[in-house]
Amino acid sequence: MNDGSRVAGGLVDRTRPIAFSFDGKAFSGFGGDTLASALLASGVRLFGRSFKYHRPRGLLTAGSEEPNALVELRTGARREANTRATTIELFEGLEATSQNRWPTLAFDLMAVNSLLSPFFVAGFYYKTFMWPPAWWERVYEPAIRRAAGLGRASLEEDPDTYEVAHAFCDVLVIGAGPAGLAAALAAARSRARVILCDEDFVLGGRLNAELHEIDGSPGGAWAAKLAAELRSFPDVRIMRRTTVFGVYDAGMSGARTFGALERVSDHLPVPPPHQPRQRMWKIVARRAVLAAGAIERPIVFGGNDRPGVMMASAVRTYVNRFAVTPGRRVALFTTCDDGWRTSLDLARAGVPVEAIIDARVTVDPAILEAAKRQGTRTFLGSQVIDAHGSPVERITVRDRDGQVTRVSIDTLAVSGGWNPTVALSTHLGGRPKWSEALAAFVPGDLPDGMTVAGAARGAFGLAEALRDGLAAGQEAAQATGHANSANPTWRADDEARGVTAFWHVAGSRGKAFVDFQHDVTDTDVALAAREGYRSAEHLKRYTTLGMATDQGKTSSVTGHAIMAAITGRSIPEVGTTAFRPPYSPVAVGAVAGIHRGRHFRPTRLTASHAWAREQGAVFVEAAQWLRAQWYPRPGEKDWLESAVREVKTVRSAVGVCDVSTLGKIDIQGADAATFLDRVYTNMFSTLPAGRVRYGLMLREDGFVMDDGTTARLGDDHYVMSTTTTGAGKVMQHLEHARQVLWPELDVQLVSVTEQWSQYSIAGPRSRELLQRLIGDAIDVGNAAFPYLACVEFAWLGLTCRLFRISFSGELAYELAVPARYGDAAIRAIVAAGEEFGITPYGTEALGIMRVEKGHVAGNELNGTTTADDLGLGKMMSQRKDFIGRVLARRPGLADPGRAVLVGITPVDRSVRLNAGAHFLAMGAESLLENDQGYVTSVAFSPMLGHWIGLGLLSRGRERIGERIRAHDPLRGKDTAVEVVSPYFFDPEGVRLKG
Amino acid sequence: MRIQCPFCGERDVGEFAYLGDAGAHRPDPGLPDADERFHEAVYLRDNPAGPHAELWYHAFGCRSWLRVTRNTLTHEFLAVAFADPVKAKA
Repeated sequence: MNDGSRVAGGLVDRTRPIAFSFDGKAFSGFGGDTLASALLASGVRLFGRSFKYHRPRGLLTAGSEEPNALVELRTGARREANTRATTIELFEGLEATSQNRWPTLAFDLMAVNSLLSPFFVAGFYYKTFMWPPAWWERVYEPAIRRAAGLGRASLEEDPDTYEVAHAFCDVLVIGAGPAGLAAALAAARSRARVILCDEDFVLGGRLNAELHEIDGSPGGAWAAKLAAELRSFPDVRIMRRTTVFGVYDAGMSGARTFGALERVSDHLPVPPPHQPRQRMWKIVARRAVLAAGAIERPIVFGGNDRPGVMMASAVRTYVNRFAVTPGRRVALFTTCDDGWRTSLDLARAGVPVEAIIDARVTVDPAILEAAKRQGTRTFLGSQVIDAHGSPVERITVRDRDGQVTRVSIDTLAVSGGWNPTVALSTHLGGRPKWSEALAAFVPGDLPDGMTVAGAARGAFGLAEALRDGLAAGQEAAQATGHANSANPTWRADDEARGVTAFWHVAGSRGKAFVDFQHDVTDTDVALAAREGYRSAEHLKRYTTLGMATDQGKTSSVTGHAIMAAITGRSIPEVGTTAFRPPYSPVAVGAVAGIHRGRHFRPTRLTASHAWAREQGAVFVEAAQWLRAQWYPRPGEKDWLESAVREVKTVRSAVGVCDVSTLGKIDIQGADAATFLDRVYTNMFSTLPAGRVRYGLMLREDGFVMDDGTTARLGDDHYVMSTTTTGAGKVMQHLEHARQVLWPELDVQLVSVTEQWSQYSIAGPRSRELLQRLIGDAIDVGNAAFPYLACVEFAWLGLTCRLFRISFSGELAYELAVPARYGDAAIRAIVAAGEEFGITPYGTEALGIMRVEKGHVAGNELNGTTTADDLGLGKMMSQRKDFIGRVLARRPGLADPGRAVLVGITPVDRSVRLNAGAHFLAMGAESLLENDQGYVTSVAFSPMLGHWIGLGLLSRGRERIGERIRAHDPLRGKDTAVEVVSPYFFDPEGVRLKG
Repeated sequence: MRIQCPFCGERDVGEFAYLGDAGAHRPDPGLPDADERFHEAVYLRDNPAGPHAELWYHAFGCRSWLRVTRNTLTHEFLAVAFADPVKAKA
C-alpha cells in the first residue's frame, strides 16, 4: 500500500490486515487477497524469472491459468515449488520466495541466457547437443538443468497429511460462475443430489471480477445470495477451493468418475489438528454440467511478456475484486468489445486510461463514444508492435496508416478474445471444434452424461450464461429422474460481444512470446513450420509449446493460430492438441493419500503379536503381515546368533512359531475331493478323513504356482493351507476354477485365514508339551495320532484343530484355535513348555530349518520352476487330469537340461554363501552363455556348523559331488562350492515320524 | 471405470482383478491334439479394437467371477453377468 495502488470497493476485508513476506521482505495485505493482489497492491511488479531466458516476469493473469508468477511457498519441509501467486490465498505469516533467479530476482546473472537465445531456439536440444554423445549426460544436461528450470523441491519429508475420499451425486456442477450457480440451483430445486465445485475461495467466478448487475444487485452479491439458497438444500454440497481436474470412465449406469482436489488447508499457515493439507476426491456423478468458464487469450507482440503487460480481464479482476490497480497510466490493446470494458472499470476506480488500441477498424459506436467521453485516445485498426522497459514504460503503436506513435504507460492491458475452458470435455478423447463465429474452440464430442453451459461452450454474455446454466441444470436433474420445479428468471444484460480473431503482430522488434512459461516465441513457431513440424502435435513436441505446468492454457490456441497463418491453413486444419488430466497440477501426495510410509499398505497383525512384542521380537513384513523374525535374548549380538540358538533349541527340545499367516481356505461340498484332484497335481480324493497331505499346485501354463498342506476333516470337508504371500492369488485361482472352469461341481470355498490362530509346536519334546497343555482332550501318541494325522477336537469348550505336520523336520504339531483365543493360546503353550525348555522361534530359524531339510519356499517357487525342477516330479499324478498337466509336458518344460534343485556347500567350510550368486563351471569365464543356474536360498546350518545353500543348477541331479563356482559379481565374490543333495539334515525323515 | 457387479451393484474398478479373454475355454485334455489346444488357450489371444468379452474377479467384494463385455476403444461396458452359469440363471 506504499504507492497507493489500492482503490475503493472490492471484496477484500480492510479490517483484517495480514502480514507476509516475499523474498524476505515484509509486506501486508488484507483478508480476501491473493498473494498476487497483495503484492500488486504493494507496488511489486516483478514476480519471477522465465524458464529459459530468465526474462523478468510479472503477473499475466489473476487465476489458475497464470504462467509467469510461480513462486516457492512456505519454507523448510513445507516448501512447495511452482505455486501460482494468483491462486494463493493470503494467510498470516505467509513466506514466499521467487524462483529460477540467481543471485536475486532483480539482478539475475542467468539473464545472460537471453543473449544466447540463438542457441535456445525450438528443437535446440535435438540439434546443438547431439555430439559427442557421451557429453549429453555428463556435460550438457546438468548445465541446462542448472540454467533452465522452475522451483526447488524441499527434499524433506512432507510433515502434512493427505486423504482420498469418495462422493456420489446426481449432478456434478463444475464451476460456480453465473452458469454453474444457475445450473446448481435448477438441479437443487428439482431435489437432485448436487455437488458444486469451484477452484476459487469465493463463489461467483467472473461475477466477482466484473461490474455486472443481476436483478439490480452487484454480481458478487447475487452469487452470495444464490449460494445461501443452495446451502439450504440438505442434498447440495458446495466445495470451494476444489478443482475438478480429471474426467474418467463411466459404468453401465452412466455414472462417471471425476477426480477433484480440495485444498483443505492451503490457505492456512499449517493444517488444523486432524485435517489434511489436501484431499483428493473421487466423485461419482450420474450427470455433469461443465461450467468452467473461459480464459482470455494474449496477443503476441514484441515485449508482450514484460512486467506490467497483463490480461485485460486480470486488470478488471484486480481493480474490481481486489481493489488494486495494477498501474496509474494504463493502455489497452484489444481485439474485442469485451476488452473495452476495462477502461470503464478503471475510470470508475479513478485510473485514467491513456489509450485504447484496437486491431479492428470498426467497433461498436456506443463503446467508442464512452471511451472518448473519458478523454481516452483511441487507435482503431492499430497494433501495439513493441512494449519497452521493465516494468513496461512505453509502447510503440502502429496505426492503420503505418504511422508509429509512442505512448508512455505503466500498464498495458491486453485482450485477444476468450478461449472457452474446454479441457475437461477432452479428457476422454473428444476434440474441440473451431467456431468461426466466436473465433474460438468450443467443446466437440462430449462424454456421455456431460453438458456444457455458459462461457465454457461459448455463451459469453451474462444473461445467456444464466439461461444456459438453468437449462443445463434442469436437464441434468430430469435425466436423473427428478421432476423440475419452477425456475427463476433473472434480469441481466447481454453485453456487446463482438470479436475479430487477431493473434499476432507482425514486424515487432523485441521477442514476442506465445508460451510464457516455456519461453516459446513466434520465431520458434515459424522455425517449426520451416522445418516441417506443422501439425499441432509436432509443433507442441518440437517447441514444447503448451507442455509447461500450465498445459498451455494461455498459449496453445494462439500457437496453433500462428502456425495456421504461417502455413496458409485454417486453424481447424492445424488442429489442436488434447488436454490430459490433471487440469491443474496435483501433488503426488494427494493421490497417494494415507498410503505413505508404514501406511503404504495395510498391516495385518496376528493374534500373538502383542505377546511377541513383549518378548522383544524383531518383526519382518511377509505380504501384509508382520511376523516375528527372531527373538533376541540378552547378550546375543546379532540375528544369526539368536536364530542359531532358536534352531538348536527346536532340534534338541521344543519351540513354538506362529504360522497363522499362512493362507487357510475351507473347502466343502459333495465334489470337494474331485475339485482338489483337479487343482492339485497329486491325489486328494484318496486321502482318508483325518489325514493331511502335502499338495502342489500348478498354473495352467505348467509352472508351479503354490504349495501347502491340505487336511481332510470329513468326507466333504477339507482345509487347505497356502503360502503366506500366495494366499490371495490362490483364492482367486480356486474361485476361477470353481466358477468358470467347473461350475457344475458342488463345492464351496471360503477364506478362514483370519478366523484361526495356528501355532507350530516343534521339537523332540513337542508331544510331551502338548500332553501337558491339552491333557486328555485327545490322544497325541504316535499310534493314535501318527505323522500327517489331523483332528478337530473340543478343548476348554472351544473347537480346535490339531495337525501333525512339520516344516522343520522335527516331531511337530500345528495347533489351531479360534483367532480370538490366539493370544491366550500362545501364552498357554509357552507356559506349558517352560519345563521342557521351550523357545519361541521366528522366520529366520524357520528358514534355516527348511533349508536344512531341502524344503522349497518362495525363493524356489518363483514362477519359473516346474514340479520336476524342484524335485517334485513324482507328485504329478498320472491317473487324472489337473490344471497345468498338459502344458507341463511341453518340450521346453520337460527338457533334461533344465536347472533343477540341488544343495550346495562351500568347499572352504568357513566361507559364507550368498543367494543370487550364479553357477559357473570351474575356470569358466563370467559370461552369460556360461551361466548354469543360480543360488536361491542360503542359511548357516547350526547342525552342520557351516553355510549351506539351495540352488537351481542345470542337470544338477546328475552332478552331485561336482565342484563348481558360485559367482557373485555384485558382491565381488567367487566361491568354490560342492554340489550335494538338497536334503542336508535327517534325509530319511526319522525325526518327524518319531 | 466402474463395473456393474450383478451381486454388489456398480463399484469402482479398483475392487476388481482382471484376467482377460473370456472366450478362452479350457480344452478337453483327452483330445489327441490337446497340447496344441492348450497352447492356444493359454497363449494365443485376440486383441480386438472394440467389444471384448473378458473375465473380471470382484476380489474386494463378493468374489464373483464376471463375464464382462467391454469396448476396448471407449472403455464402455456393454454387458456384465456372472461367469458361473448356475449363478447367472439364479
